[in-house]
Amino acid sequence: MSTFAFDVSHFLAGSLVLLSFFLLYQDRLPPLINIFAAQSLVLAVSIAWQAQTQNAPHLLVTAGIALCFKSIVIPFVLYRLIRDLRIHRTVETVVGIGPTMIAGMALVGLSMALMMRATSGIADLAREDLAFSLSVILLGLLMMVTRRNAVSQVIGFMSIENGLVLAATGAKGMPFVVEMSVAFSVLIALIVIGIFLFRIRERFDTVDVAILDRFRGERP
Amino acid sequence: MSAILNPVAAVLIVPLAAAFVLVLIPGYRVAAWINVAAAFLTFAAALALLVWRPAAPSRLLLVDDLNIVFIVLNTLVGFTTSVFSSGYIAHELEIGNLKPAHLRFYHAMYQILMGAMNLALLTSITGLMWVAIELATLTTILMVGIYRTHEALEAAWKYFILGSVGIALALFGTILVYSVAQPVVGNGLPAMTWSTLAAHAARFDPTILNIAFVFLLLGYGTKAGLVPLHAWLPDAHAEGPTPISAVLSGLLLNVAIYAILRFKIVLAHNPATIAPGPLMMALGLLSVVFAALMLYRRRDIKRFFAYSSIEHMGIVAFAFGLGGPLANFAGLLHMAMHSLTKSGIFFAVGHITRIKNTQKIGAITGLTTSHPVLGWIFVASVVAIAGLPPFGVFTSEFLVVSSAFAHRPLLAVLLVVGLLVSLGALFLRLNSIAFGEPSGDTSPDRMSALPMVFHLGLVLMIGIFIPGPIVSWFQHVAGLLG
Repeated sequence: MSTFAFDVSHFLAGSLVLLSFFLLYQDRLPPLINIFAAQSLVLAVSIAWQAQTQNAPHLLVTAGIALCFKSIVIPFVLYRLIRDLRIHRTVETVVGIGPTMIAGMALVGLSMALMMRATSGIADLAREDLAFSLSVILLGLLMMVTRRNAVSQVIGFMSIENGLVLAATGAKGMPFVVEMSVAFSVLIALIVIGIFLFRIRERFDTVDVAILDRFRGERP
Repeated sequence: MSAILNPVAAVLIVPLAAAFVLVLIPGYRVAAWINVAAAFLTFAAALALLVWRPAAPSRLLLVDDLNIVFIVLNTLVGFTTSVFSSGYIAHELEIGNLKPAHLRFYHAMYQILMGAMNLALLTSITGLMWVAIELATLTTILMVGIYRTHEALEAAWKYFILGSVGIALALFGTILVYSVAQPVVGNGLPAMTWSTLAAHAARFDPTILNIAFVFLLLGYGTKAGLVPLHAWLPDAHAEGPTPISAVLSGLLLNVAIYAILRFKIVLAHNPATIAPGPLMMALGLLSVVFAALMLYRRRDIKRFFAYSSIEHMGIVAFAFGLGGPLANFAGLLHMAMHSLTKSGIFFAVGHITRIKNTQKIGAITGLTTSHPVLGWIFVASVVAIAGLPPFGVFTSEFLVVSSAFAHRPLLAVLLVVGLLVSLGALFLRLNSIAFGEPSGDTSPDRMSALPMVFHLGLVLMIGIFIPGPIVSWFQHVAGLLG
């Protein structure tokens, strides 16, 4: 693989990690959705680039799904949702931006140290891709545990999925990548938006899952 | 043999076709019958697999001695649960907890869940197994939330969050295994096939394989409810419909263990990797001890038995982690016995909560006086799950403990302490539920006790006498596991 092709994919994967950091500290929902859309867009470009360099045209389908579904349809639906629920102006109290960012950096450092050291046995590009995608996954997990709002948690989950798709497309010639991304998208659409949010709203007049925590199952 | 008569295809196609039909059928009585019939057909097809195996291995599906144990168990409990479910949902409809529209959804989801679990067990591709387990998880999330109460929503949301974390970790592990196999085996499907992976594992890079296994163990371990990734399990069991609690405890946890076992076999073929055993033993032992202590503080009867499931999954993980022919045999047997006993207990709990109209342990007393049949079946089932003779759980727990004493005496002591502590909790609760002055509603039980009696009978039979063919079959599988 030429150095240029390698640098481009490296750059794109690195941008995904950077956008994950943006997601981590954003405390208002509309910018959060925008950044998620941007991350999906970068992911789509990155997959398309992989399709080019790996000579795997079927990956273009995955790129198309990332572009249409995750960077256009989902953000659009989420926008409508937060407008209908009238939560688009609320400022979410993110627990300690400073500690969260430091924890995020530590996680990225960890995944780099772990994957770059361990993966000397596999092809060059796949190594970096695995390290970057593990960072995106861990940052997504961190976002899911630090947020209380159902919409933010869902965005965290979808950014984890972006990381997984990055890893899957980086692994040369992996079967079922397209099927997996289709399944993921359909299920996200079905489960998350269709059912949970509306039901949560219907019952509680809020999408703050902290309210849910009060209904501990263990009642005396 | 034509595709329709092929039992391998039938095990997958029958649930799927039934799900499509069930979505379209408005009447719940007919739907419940179709559900039972489809589950029975699937079970019959699984039994046919015992005598008929596909001659040529197909690209995507695999039938070997390991997964057939799981498939037969899965379809059997799926069938008995569908029988229990038909009585259960009729009552739920009567008292207005569920609406007919929910039931269409419920039945279709039940069949999709069964089909997805069978696919996870039958497929020979790591990626496809992941998709199937993910599908099974998502259907159970939807079913847990079906009552739409505050608690059910919280449980479903918690399950969704923790489940998706597990799913993400497991997929990352799966991708890592592919990346490590790809330079050796080449691009495409072979690098994701169990048999190829095991055959070439010796030439894989051991470090990445180790990292991959840790991700897979944590990811699928979340599904199996191993401590410290168990937080979703008690809520999901307590707030969902009782047939789903039975299927979750009896089947879905096993499927997750099966996934871990498959990857453990791959690792076993590479001598340079870490031994997966100590990791599994540590998680298993932690689950046993933690769950045993937690049992004492539970006030909700379904939550109580959910913690007991965590404990038993811990025993299974411990046994497989210990390894060797005897411990593997004990692990397989314990898994089967736990599935049958625990789903039987959840059937009984379904009857009890239906009559008493509460899940609080404190509000249920004197069951053997007010409902002798149900009460004594419940007593026998709890004695069975506590691991006392003459039931099958005793046999398997005894084998686990004795092989643990032979190899790791210190760990065995911890295991025995955990088992005794949970035994105390089980009898403490059993005493208050089964004996004393009857409380609450004492109207007779109108649901069929047949599924419970059937499960209990099987467990009792295995406890007294295990037929020779089953022993040699399990021994053979235990040998495969290394």
